[in-house]
Amino acid sequence: MITAIAFYVFSAILLGSAAMVVTSRNPVHSVLFLILAFFNAAALFLIAGAEFLAMILVIVYVGAVAVLFLFVVMMLDVDFVALREGFQRYAPVGATVGVVLFFELLSVLLGWQISDAAPGLRLSTMPTNISNTRAIGQVLYTNYILLFQLSGLILLVAMVGAIVLTHRDRHTARRQNITRQQERRVADTLQVLQIRNRAGVQELGIYRPKPMPQLIPAEAPARFDEAEVGHELGGDVQDHEAGEH
Amino acid sequence: MGPFGLWQPFADAVKVFTKETIIPAGASRSLFLMAPMLTFILACLAWAVIPVNDGWAVANINVGILYLFAISSLGVYGIVIAGWASNSKYAFLGAMRSAAQMVSYEVSIGFVLVSIMLCVGSLNLNDIVKAQSHVWFCFPMLPMFVVFLISMLAETNRAPFDLPEGESELVAGFFVEYSAMSFALFYLGEYTNMIMMSALASVLFLGGWQAPLGLTFIPGIVWLFAKICVVMFFFFWVRATFPRYRYDQLMRLGWKVFLPLSLLWLVLTAFFLEFTGLLPAGPA
Repeated sequence: MITAIAFYVFSAILLGSAAMVVTSRNPVHSVLFLILAFFNAAALFLIAGAEFLAMILVIVYVGAVAVLFLFVVMMLDVDFVALREGFQRYAPVGATVGVVLFFELLSVLLGWQISDAAPGLRLSTMPTNISNTRAIGQVLYTNYILLFQLSGLILLVAMVGAIVLTHRDRHTARRQNITRQQERRVADTLQVLQIRNRAGVQELGIYRPKPMPQLIPAEAPARFDEAEVGHELGGDVQDHEAGEH
Repeated sequence: MGPFGLWQPFADAVKVFTKETIIPAGASRSLFLMAPMLTFILACLAWAVIPVNDGWAVANINVGILYLFAISSLGVYGIVIAGWASNSKYAFLGAMRSAAQMVSYEVSIGFVLVSIMLCVGSLNLNDIVKAQSHVWFCFPMLPMFVVFLISMLAETNRAPFDLPEGESELVAGFFVEYSAMSFALFYLGEYTNMIMMSALASVLFLGGWQAPLGLTFIPGIVWLFAKICVVMFFFFWVRATFPRYRYDQLMRLGWKVFLPLSLLWLVLTAFFLEFTGLLPAGPA
């Protein structure tokens, strides 16, 4: 009784939110309704006794896929006026495709035959001695291991392909190389100079010394700041002009 | 206020309840109000499956650890919705940073959970605690314990990974537009999540309600509470000790260090259990 009520409540919310996904004017609201639909589907799985599938549905679809949807939809600036612009021009094409799909569906539904063994399958009780997590594991990883591995491989290829197609290496980005940072020694970066009092840095030729190629890798933006040298001098030069630093 | 300032939290509670909730112009009203509630409710929901003593849980379900993982992966919605509904670019940028961070560290937490499940052979949290009656998992699984503790900090957006709110450089990140009780709900949710993560760490690695050294005359619920307090101490200890991570370092640590490490450890655990014949049969 309570299960039946719960089933109808969750199904009603599921259908309602699924309808809102396609009718909602705001794309972000659409995605949020989609998430609500996922939740109610998970609840239906729970009622059917498939607690593992329910949790995996929430983890994979709500926790990962829908987050990415939401990211994309929120960052996109969807211009509805531009979207509606070509409506009349494309309407005949859309209608034709819709009609074709409708007749295809209709032909499938009319030719639908229910196997004689089906009612028997539906009536068979769930085995009580095996949890459904274990049952799914057995089917996926033991009976159909080859197909499972193949689909994994296809997904991997698709992922690599997507990265290859979209990844652009921008050379303007400055990355941190932690190994190189830690290998830096004081001698590589700091020059201690003994200089005459009241001698300008330009006069001594150390105003902006050229980077030493054997010490600094070519890609590093080598900078010997005046400030760095200046700090070393700070102790010696008592009465340096303010403008120098 | 009061002796040792003990009444201050109560005064703060009264204060946030009586302040005005300001909804910014152009904000999506219903979502704006829903986001903090969602954050807090999700943080509380997760407690349902934590066993406080042998079999004492609100819901001692078969897939308890998956339920916990599912609930913690939903936490990101409260943040993203808050950032978007505020209709402010600062809140939105804060939400994006925070969401990317939480999604990244969830992956390594997932692999840590899988290697624990592999050792126990069950998804029930009570079974996981029972499996630690001889040795707590923090000893044989020490690298995963460290990965879990650090990912836990990132997942709850606490220091040194508190970039989303980073109070010394930003003004509160994703909840910059929130005030009064809706603001307080975010903080309540964050602290509830911290205690929840501490409870999860104690259940997975520190033996949950199991008493160490045969001190069974102290009830399990006290032991679990003590262990939660120890992990909470770790939270505050880290906060007081380490400087904040930079964003690229955070992403590097999550994807280039923790993810391969936890994957490798998972494979090693599976090999070890298979070749020593220790692989648990699990419930039929």
